[in-house]
Amino acid sequence: MRKLVNSHATEVALLGVMLVIGMVLSLATDRFFTLGNLFDLLNTSAVNIIFAVGLLVVLISGGIDISFAVAASAVQYITALALGWIGGGNWAIGLIIAGSIGILFGMFNAFFIHYFRIISIVVTIATFNIYFGMLMFLTSGVSIYDLPDWLVTPVILFEHQSTDGTWSEITLPTLIMLGCVIATWFLISRTTTGRQIIAFGDNPEGARRFGINIAAMQFIAFGWLGLMSGIAGLVQAHYVQEVVPNALYGRELDVLAAVVLGGARLGGGRGTVLGCVLGVLLISTTQNSLNLMGVSSYAFKMIIGAIILAAITLSNSGIERLLPTLSKKGEAK
Amino acid sequence: MSPQIKRLQSYIGPEMAGPLAALIAVIIIFGFASPRFLSSATFGSVAFQLPELGLLSLAMMLPILTGGLNLAVTFTANIAGLTLAWTLLYFGGADAGPGAFIAGCFLALAVGALSGLIIGIVVAYTKAHPILVSLSMMIFVRGLGEFLTRGGDISGFPAFIQPLGHGSVAGIPIPLLVLCAGVAVWHIVLQKTKLGFNTYMIGSNIEAVRYSGINTRKVVILVYTLSGAMCAVAGIIMLSRFNSVRVGHGESYLLITVLACFLGGVNPFGGFGKVIPVFVALIVLQLLSSGLNLIGANQHLATAVWGILLLSVMVLRWVATHLTFINHKKSQGR
Repeated sequence: MRKLVNSHATEVALLGVMLVIGMVLSLATDRFFTLGNLFDLLNTSAVNIIFAVGLLVVLISGGIDISFAVAASAVQYITALALGWIGGGNWAIGLIIAGSIGILFGMFNAFFIHYFRIISIVVTIATFNIYFGMLMFLTSGVSIYDLPDWLVTPVILFEHQSTDGTWSEITLPTLIMLGCVIATWFLISRTTTGRQIIAFGDNPEGARRFGINIAAMQFIAFGWLGLMSGIAGLVQAHYVQEVVPNALYGRELDVLAAVVLGGARLGGGRGTVLGCVLGVLLISTTQNSLNLMGVSSYAFKMIIGAIILAAITLSNSGIERLLPTLSKKGEAK
Repeated sequence: MSPQIKRLQSYIGPEMAGPLAALIAVIIIFGFASPRFLSSATFGSVAFQLPELGLLSLAMMLPILTGGLNLAVTFTANIAGLTLAWTLLYFGGADAGPGAFIAGCFLALAVGALSGLIIGIVVAYTKAHPILVSLSMMIFVRGLGEFLTRGGDISGFPAFIQPLGHGSVAGIPIPLLVLCAGVAVWHIVLQKTKLGFNTYMIGSNIEAVRYSGINTRKVVILVYTLSGAMCAVAGIIMLSRFNSVRVGHGESYLLITVLACFLGGVNPFGGFGKVIPVFVALIVLQLLSSGLNLIGANQHLATAVWGILLLSVMVLRWVATHLTFINHKKSQGR
């Protein structure tokens, strides 16, 4: 047990913080600890979690990506146009189109990163501007409201009526999110490719000398994020029932903060799917709890920013150094 | 090569080649594409648009030289602008005197510097990644601004502020003069002072610098504080340009400032890069934007072209090093 705690310090800390928030809130408000609220949390965080697990793979491989959110906007738009062009389609076709366009965007980044040896932050800042600029230029910022019926109809997978008559439901985004989370978990911790990505992120030169195909690692990592952002784009369109070109603009930095809060290291080689999901959920739980406590929504970002800043300061300055008794239990990292 | 040229080259550095080539290419291409491009009107509009982006890029540049990043620049500028705005409103809004303005500017600089100071302290003492620290600072500062203004904008400033944003001295816009002063200060700090030398050294190898007895924490904190103060200058200029302050003004500049630094030859890992090439890169970006505007395209296309320009410069740099087989390890960073 102690070993588990020590090897997953970030995840345990996040879970602890969330439990504390949860307990305080379930005492302070009667709304927090209801099924409906928990399901709402999952439904609203679905898109961010899909982004987050995709970004996690790139961070583990030692790269960073700024462009995924605007790439998702572009995918959304193109998919909506393509679906209109083929006259409808269904979920499978939609996911295939969105996923493959997303992968293309990811591969585009990987191409420049690998073949021209440009570091990923430079490439993705460039592609961020290219994707967003082209999208806004070509669409003139016009939104699409005329989406196929299957895309805009909410799909309820599980519903439950509580004793006071309020409905709580799990919708399709949550299911897709679960699929993405499990697939990413499988990729990272159960496949050889996943281990190679971790090794590559930890030490690229060492990985190369081991005979790991560096090009494949770059393309798989960025392709995976592309796939995830494509799916997330489609799910977002489903969730808000419209395609707005700049709706996802600015999401990339929030997701990045959440993923790194979940223990992924900028620089590669470390990070878990659980931590990353908990990172996103912690932020949305905080937001949710502030909402329930009646705090003005204008204060959300301020408080969340302060929490992340405090979390980074505490986790990096080493809690064990601040609390000397803990240090006997070993390196809490 | 004559000694003068050599001295000139050592003065502006090898980073100059890319931005200068881009500048010439842009002038030639748009000069042919549009007869109205090479006119004083174009350069006038560039001169007025350059300062906001330019000051923020300067603020971004120092942290990048140490191998970090300051993602809070735009919102730090906002919050500094808000500080000035509130000071002016406190002293009577449109009736506020020059004294209130000067006091407000000092307060704005202090607030900007404070924001940088906090980032610097956390980065220096916890060794957390600067991207992450400045990112959470950005979220915090944006939230603070939104909380205090409720998302609205603040206006109603005395008339004597407007020349700071729109006036010109001897045909040169005042904002541009402020930017040039900023460039000069940064150039002197980086090239002539101990702080500048240590900044480059930290970007190259922080451990080695620490072992050679330099207080790296102090340097890192100073660098981020200076960066925050430069954001405040940008905030003051933005206030006088728009004659109002709103959280989110210039938000879209955030990644463009990083782009401008990289385009100006600043090494993403830190340690290499000079101010003048960044300044030239900024001029290239604005000329491109104005040129595209002249031939009927809009700002969004310019954004895309900026991205393409950054990618092509990076690719060309790769091609150049591979064609000449010159070992450019230092400037390539990999």
